[in-house]
Amino acid sequence: MRVLVCVKRVPQTGGRIVLTGDGQEIDTKFLGFTISPHEECGVEEAVRIIEAGGGESTVLTLGSAAAEEQLRDAMALGIDRAVLLETDGSEWDPVSTAAAIADTIRAQEAAGGPFDLVIFGNESADSGGFQVGIRVAVALGRPVVSGLKGLTIGSGSVTARREAAGGGWETYELPLPAIVGVKEGINLPRYPSVPGRLRARKKEVERVPVGAAGTGAAAASGAPMGPTKSMLRLPQEAESQVEILGRGAEAAPAVVDLLQKLGLVAR
Amino acid sequence: MSGPILVFVELGSGEAVGDGAGGADRVSLETLAFARSLAEGLGGAAVEALLFGAAAGVAGGLGAHGAATAHIVTDAAIAGAYAPAAWGAALAELAGSRGAAAVIGPGTDRGAEVLAHAAARLGMPLAANVIAATPGASWSVTRQRWAGSLLEDATLDAPIRLLTMAPHAVAVDERAGARPAAIAPLTPTIDAADLVVRVTGHEPPAKGSVSLTDAKVVVGGGRGVGSAAAFSELEELAGLLGGAVGVSRVVTSNGWRPHTEQVGQTGQRIAPDLYIACGISGAIQHIVGCKSAKRILAINTDAESPIMALADYAVLGDLHQVVPAISAEIRRRTG
Repeated sequence: MRVLVCVKRVPQTGGRIVLTGDGQEIDTKFLGFTISPHEECGVEEAVRIIEAGGGESTVLTLGSAAAEEQLRDAMALGIDRAVLLETDGSEWDPVSTAAAIADTIRAQEAAGGPFDLVIFGNESADSGGFQVGIRVAVALGRPVVSGLKGLTIGSGSVTARREAAGGGWETYELPLPAIVGVKEGINLPRYPSVPGRLRARKKEVERVPVGAAGTGAAAASGAPMGPTKSMLRLPQEAESQVEILGRGAEAAPAVVDLLQKLGLVAR
Repeated sequence: MSGPILVFVELGSGEAVGDGAGGADRVSLETLAFARSLAEGLGGAAVEALLFGAAAGVAGGLGAHGAATAHIVTDAAIAGAYAPAAWGAALAELAGSRGAAAVIGPGTDRGAEVLAHAAARLGMPLAANVIAATPGASWSVTRQRWAGSLLEDATLDAPIRLLTMAPHAVAVDERAGARPAAIAPLTPTIDAADLVVRVTGHEPPAKGSVSLTDAKVVVGGGRGVGSAAAFSELEELAGLLGGAVGVSRVVTSNGWRPHTEQVGQTGQRIAPDLYIACGISGAIQHIVGCKSAKRILAINTDAESPIMALADYAVLGDLHQVVPAISAEIRRRTG
């Protein structure tokens, strides 16, 4: 099997998001960076598939030169090789991102053979566009399903499992080659080992310069792009006045009074 | 005169809005409410719904939610099982044939997926998890990033504006006495390749379990619960209230509870009548999943924890004493 997993470098925002003065970016001066949570599980899934069935795994990202850190993190967990679509650091919209990734998959496959499976995270943690994997699949004419919390590789197909609205599960069967969008919960990612980190440090990262936002294949086609960011802002949260019902077990009658008042417990 | 606003309506268990089994899902009804207000801003453009395999009664009932027309695909080959590419293709085709000004879907798993397929086919941008939009030559939209911890003001420049609606950003707007939506059967042209991916199997939820997204009460547990075994206290309380257990991310990454119960950025977004947050400090990644609850009761030893800024009610103390005491008090009163 050849498996490709696509990831995105995002800041570790912690408790409270702070914006830059011009409202264009998150202020990352004091923040570390990580791979989006769904994609961390995508990396783990790719490693497990290759461990179980043999083959080669590749990690790909579109981002600034600094995103090499996330590619090495993925290789430290067991991914074999890495490709960086190197931007100037500006933010690419989902249409442009998908067009650049689809072009890269075509080029990678022409050079090294087809990817049986391409794994995306269901949505990136930061911009949350919910669409890049599907756009890539439509561009490449491959079957795709998102929101997955289970994958079982068969011979020439993959069985996928996702939570059904309202409870329970639904299953899908996709012929390979296929594209999938996975969610956190599909697995519990491992921690990198020290030898894994050392190996990853020595590996080569293939760099493909793609430049500034709005300059890629999508722009060349003249198709409408976007959405186009004007400004970021923090939501206004209405701070509520908290009513203390009591302390410890003695508060139970007051709590049940409230539950009865709200009609959640019969009087 | 503007073209219509087309809304993809997902069918769900519908219990949360009292429609009974097979009704429109709640986020879809919120999306219709948003489309109605947008249509008023567009000089009275029509709102039209697209449904797959819906009963005529359910589709007609969308009139009360602002839909003038309900297009229904009934061909079992397309509508018989959810098929994301085929449904997206049908939506794209209808958007074209109706000259739609905008196409909006609920920000659910299916809504996000169907709209992305439609956008990819139409070759147009898609703004996900929108909470507000202002039509114009180019549309201004406000959308959620980081699952709602951050907002983005953006512009959307395209002949058809494609959006998904963030869950619970607007209220359902059902108006009594409205005319039923006119039923328009739809037979889209679908390639066999678009039917390759479809739901081929179902595993029903465990018997007697209450869905986290439909539950009126959710009893949430965080790091403070301390162990997998201690969740029996929360399960007991949830059971007495006919509710569900929800958890924060640390609980699933410790393996104490399944990921299906996770509430927050990478889990479910819930909007129960009451959220009882037990031993949850209130990290922003969790808050974005539960802040749509009508009321929050926090049970926590730390009066300074961030959850207190969001809570309506609080009990200060050890959840291992407080939660069993509440269960005992409910039993005593309802005996």
